Amino acid sequence: MSAVMRIVMLKELRESLRDRRTLLTSLVLGPVFAPLFFILVLKLALARSVAVQDEAVPVTVANAAAAPNFVQALRESGLTVTLRDGDDAGIRSWISGSDGLVVLRVPGDFGDRFSSGEPAVILLYADGANAQAERYAARVQQAIASYAATIAGLRLQARGISPAVVQPIVVDSVDVSTPSARATLLLGMLSYVILVVTLLGGLYLAIDATAGERERGSLEALLTVPATREQLIRGKIAASAAMMSAALALVTIATAVALRQVPLETFGMSANFGPDVAWRVFLAVLPFALVGASLLTVVASFTRSYKEAQSWLGVVMLVPTVPIAIAGVLDLQPQAPLMLVPSLSQHFVIQSLMRGDPLPAAWIALSVAGTLALGLLLAWVAGNLYRREAILGG
Amino acid sequence: MIRVENLTRSFGAVRAIDGVGFEAQDGRITGLLGPNGAGKSTTLRILYTVLRPDAGVAQIDGIDVAADPLATRRAIGVLPHAAGIYPQLTGRENIAYFGELHGLGGPRLTGRIEELVAELEMEGYAHRRARGYSQGERVKVALARALVHAPRNLLLDEPTNGLDVMATRALRALILKLKAAGHCVLFSSHVMQEVAALCDDIVIIDHGRVVASGTPKTLLAQFGAATLEDAFVAAIGDARGLE
Repeated sequence: MSAVMRIVMLKELRESLRDRRTLLTSLVLGPVFAPLFFILVLKLALARSVAVQDEAVPVTVANAAAAPNFVQALRESGLTVTLRDGDDAGIRSWISGSDGLVVLRVPGDFGDRFSSGEPAVILLYADGANAQAERYAARVQQAIASYAATIAGLRLQARGISPAVVQPIVVDSVDVSTPSARATLLLGMLSYVILVVTLLGGLYLAIDATAGERERGSLEALLTVPATREQLIRGKIAASAAMMSAALALVTIATAVALRQVPLETFGMSANFGPDVAWRVFLAVLPFALVGASLLTVVASFTRSYKEAQSWLGVVMLVPTVPIAIAGVLDLQPQAPLMLVPSLSQHFVIQSLMRGDPLPAAWIALSVAGTLALGLLLAWVAGNLYRREAILGG
Repeated sequence: MIRVENLTRSFGAVRAIDGVGFEAQDGRITGLLGPNGAGKSTTLRILYTVLRPDAGVAQIDGIDVAADPLATRRAIGVLPHAAGIYPQLTGRENIAYFGELHGLGGPRLTGRIEELVAELEMEGYAHRRARGYSQGERVKVALARALVHAPRNLLLDEPTNGLDVMATRALRALILKLKAAGHCVLFSSHVMQEVAALCDDIVIIDHGRVVASGTPKTLLAQFGAATLEDAFVAAIGDARGLE
C-alpha cells in the first residue's frame, strides 16, 4: 500500500467514524438490526407453522338443537364445538366482541329440509378480515364438506347408485412441505442479508469520498497534491472496503448470536452458525468487500451530486443479489464455474457452511480468485474514471 | 516564477482561452483581471494541473505543467475557486491531511501547522471541527492547506470571494507578506479594487485573450485613464470594439 493510499484511507475512515449518522446506518442499523429482524421473522414463521399444525379449531354453533347429528359430526372431525343460543344480530355482536370467532347458525327448518332431501342451509359467520378467523372458517368448511359428502354417498347408496359415479376425479394432494423445509428456505435468504449489509457498511463512505467530495468543493484542491489520481481513488476504495469489512464482521457476529435464540434443532435442522462457521463466513465474504467498494465507487464517480449518487447506489446495492436470485429460480447447485461468480459463490459457501457440508477447497479458491479479479478490475475502472477531467464536474 | 505562452483550451465548441500569454515574477503579485467567464479560472486550472491545455506552454519554475504535473504540484500552492474543506475534520486536521499528502510528517508538520495557525490567526477555532466554520474561517483553512508545504508559487482563484471586510484585509496582509518573502503570487479576480490594492502587475483577460498587461502605472498611461477602472473598461471596450 502506497503512503498516499494509506493517508487517504485513514482520513476517509476518520471522517466517516466521526459522522454519527453515517456510523449508525453503516455499522449499527445494518449489521445488528438486519439479523435481529431476520431472526425474528424466522422465529415467527417457525412458531406459526407449529401452531397451525396442532391448532384446535373452535366453532360456536347457534341453535344446535335443530341438527344434533350434524353437531356430532363436527365434533368427530376434531373441532371444538361450543353451543350457544342466539339470532343473527346476537351472532354479529359475539364476533365483533371476540378475536377470530367462527359461528355456525342452524336455521329452524334445517331438520325438515335435511330429511326431505332438499339442500339444507347452514350459515357460516366469520370476520373475513381476520386471518385467524379465515383459517378457522376454512377448517370448518372442510369438516362440513366432508360430512356432506358422506351423507350424499349414503343417499346415493340408498337409491342403488354407487357414490363413485359422482366422483369422476379425485384430487389427492400430498403436502410434502414441513416447517423445517420452510425454515431452510428462509435461512437461504441469510446470504442476501449478509451481502447487502456488507455493502451498506461502505455505501456512505463511497458516496462521501466521491460525489460528496466533489459537491463540497474539496476535490479540486485534493487533485493538486503531488499524487496520482489512481493513488487517491485507491485510498478511497480501501477505506470503503474497510468499512464493509467491519460491517461484515459485525453482521456475522450478530447472526451467530441471534441464531442461537432459534430452536432450529426441534425441526431437525442443525443451527450451524457457531463461532467457527461465523469466522469462515467472514473470511469467505471478505473478498466481496473489494468488489462492493469498487463497484459503489465507480457508480458514485459517474453521478453529479450526493443525492444522485444516493439514488443510484440504492439500485446498485441490489445488483449482487441478482445472481443469487437467478440461481434460486433455476435451482442451480454449486459447481466449479459458478464459483467464479462473485456474490453467488459467497452464497454457496455460506449455505454449505451452514449445512455443515463444506465445499472443496479448490472451489473456495475459485470464489476468492473470481471475486478479487472483479474487484481489481472495478478498482482499475475507477482509477480511469478519475483520470478524466470531467470528474471535476460543472 | 510562472510563464504562460499562447495557451489555448476549448470545451466542445467553446474556446475558453485563446492564446493567453503572460509572466508572473517571483517577489511580485500578479493579478488576473477580467469579467466573469473571461477565462481566468481555466488559465489557473491549467496551471495547477487539473486541466490540460490544447496548445501552448505553461511553465512554473521552468517545469512544463502538462509534461510533469507531479513536479508542478510540489512547486505550487493552490486555492481553487471552490475551496471546500472537510467538515468532520478540525481545522488543524484539514491542514495536516494536505501536509501528509505532500510528504510531510512528524514534528516538522506539526510545527508548520502551528506556524500557519498563528500566522492566519486561527487559534480560536483550529481545534474545532470545520462543519461550523464561517466562510472566512473556511477560506483561511483552505489557504493554510495550500501553504503547508511552503510552495514558492501561489495560485489563488478569487480568494476574497465571500469574505467580509476584516477577513479580506487579513488575506491582503498575508499576500503582501508572501510577496515580501519572495513568493510568486498569481491571483484572479473580477473586482477592480482588489487588484488595484494589491497587484504589482495586472493581466487583463477578456473572451479568453489577454487584452492588456503591465504595471498599474503603465496601464493608466497606455489608456490615458485617470483610474484603473477607466483603464480596465477602456481595455475591454477596445478589445470588444475590435471584434
